[in-house]
Amino acid sequence: MIETAQRQEYAVKTLNVTKEFTMGKETLQALKGINIEVLAGEYISIMGPSGSGKSTLFNMIGGLDKPTNGKVYIDEVDISGLDAYELAWLRCRKIGYIFQTFNLIPVMTALENCTLPMIFAGMSTQDAAEKAVELLTLVGLGERIRHKPFELSGGQQQRVAIARSFANDPAIILADEPTGNLDLKTGKEIIELLRRLNKDKGVTIISATHDLKMLDVSDRIIWIRDGLVDKIERRDELDIAIGSLEGEEA
Amino acid sequence: MSATAQKTGISRQIRLPNSEAAKIALRSLKIRFWRSGITMAGIVLGIAFLAYVMVSGQLERTFQLQEGVPVDAGAQSHATQIWLIAISLLVSGVGITNAMLMSVTERYREIGTMKCLGALDWFVVKLFLFEAAFLGFAGSLLGAILGGLAAFLSAMTQHKSVLSVVSWSATLEVLVIAVAVGGVLSVVGAIYPARRAGKMPPADAMRTEM
Ligand SMILES: Nc1ncnc2c1ncn2[C@@H]1O[C@H](COP(=O)(O)OP(=O)(O)OP(=O)(O)O)[C@@H](O)[C@H]1O
Ligand SMILES: [Mg+2]
Repeated sequence: MIETAQRQEYAVKTLNVTKEFTMGKETLQALKGINIEVLAGEYISIMGPSGSGKSTLFNMIGGLDKPTNGKVYIDEVDISGLDAYELAWLRCRKIGYIFQTFNLIPVMTALENCTLPMIFAGMSTQDAAEKAVELLTLVGLGERIRHKPFELSGGQQQRVAIARSFANDPAIILADEPTGNLDLKTGKEIIELLRRLNKDKGVTIISATHDLKMLDVSDRIIWIRDGLVDKIERRDELDIAIGSLEGEEA
Repeated sequence: MSATAQKTGISRQIRLPNSEAAKIALRSLKIRFWRSGITMAGIVLGIAFLAYVMVSGQLERTFQLQEGVPVDAGAQSHATQIWLIAISLLVSGVGITNAMLMSVTERYREIGTMKCLGALDWFVVKLFLFEAAFLGFAGSLLGAILGGLAAFLSAMTQHKSVLSVVSWSATLEVLVIAVAVGGVLSVVGAIYPARRAGKMPPADAMRTEM
């Protein structure tokens, strides 16, 4: 423990992570040995073309799926050694998930959606509801806590999902294309919200994205190509790259 | 290491209290009102038939005792009835299993999301079993009332005195048994779909296609 205090604390670290999917006789290597290190409090964007393995990597980091080979460390703990209870605990308390498709529970109101992870964590209904109202207010939805997901716009649903992801004060937020289903303006608002929460709460955010707006707020960008890390850039090194990318897009 | 040191504490920190599970299950049924109703209809019919046969039998025996007829007179039709009941209950049970399986497939994303939020396999199992129990109980209650009513009506066409001679406590007992059978049947029918839902991998929630 003393040893870890002296080293840099990594919120997330992967060591030669590979993932193979077998479909019939064919084997597809989605990840071919990924090594990344993310410091606590960093805002990381993972960029890469469709099919490059971003979501697969997320599933490994989030303890949603096991790597074929290699190790994933969350707060210096190797999560491949965890049993079902510990994994559930990790998902509940340590990690918050945000999805491209929002993934709110359709039968529950905004408030109940935010409350659920806290109920799982053993909080009383009363305390959980209070905290959920607080979080929903924080993301700008204080007025709509009684609405069901289908009564909310995409941007509002994603705000609920963000509030929910912060329910148990996680150390890490994993966001898989959080702006993928949103228009430009709403996407920008969501990105700014995430950045603000990252600064205020000191939470580590790792976000997979195609969204170039995301680059502006990221501390570092990890480019993934074909199951491998292509390059890792800090934002201040990035200016030229953004210019040319925006040129491409126009 | 620290992972093992935390171990004992961790398992106690994740939970889904019954009251919450019941609330969630009820809400899931309510929001799919018509679907739930159709699933329930199967149980209502099955249990109505069971209750009808049971209450009719009870009334029959009451009259046979009164009139001094030997009680084993209807042994032949009795066996047929048992077959009919068994088959109708089987059909109700399979209906529940089928409806629940559909529900699981439909809710793969919801289930995956719950797992991402920290739900253990048995939380999901519990939610589905609660749903089945509610459906089964409500459906059986309705079925038992309808079946019992039908038995009385048909008995009244033969013996006007039914209401005055019947043993109400015996009737109630029969109806309670019918409701219990329906409830158990429904939960048993939901075990396989619920376990399947519980085993669903959380990674599925992340997938955007399908
Ligand atoms: N469960 C699975 N079974 C089989 N193959 C899979 C599975 N999940 C992912 N793959 C494959 O792994 C590769 C990487 O997929 P992944 O979803 O990680 O890409 P991605 O970078 O997230 O793409 P996108 O930007 O389109 O979301 C793809 O070729 C995909 O078909
Ligand atoms: Mg993806």
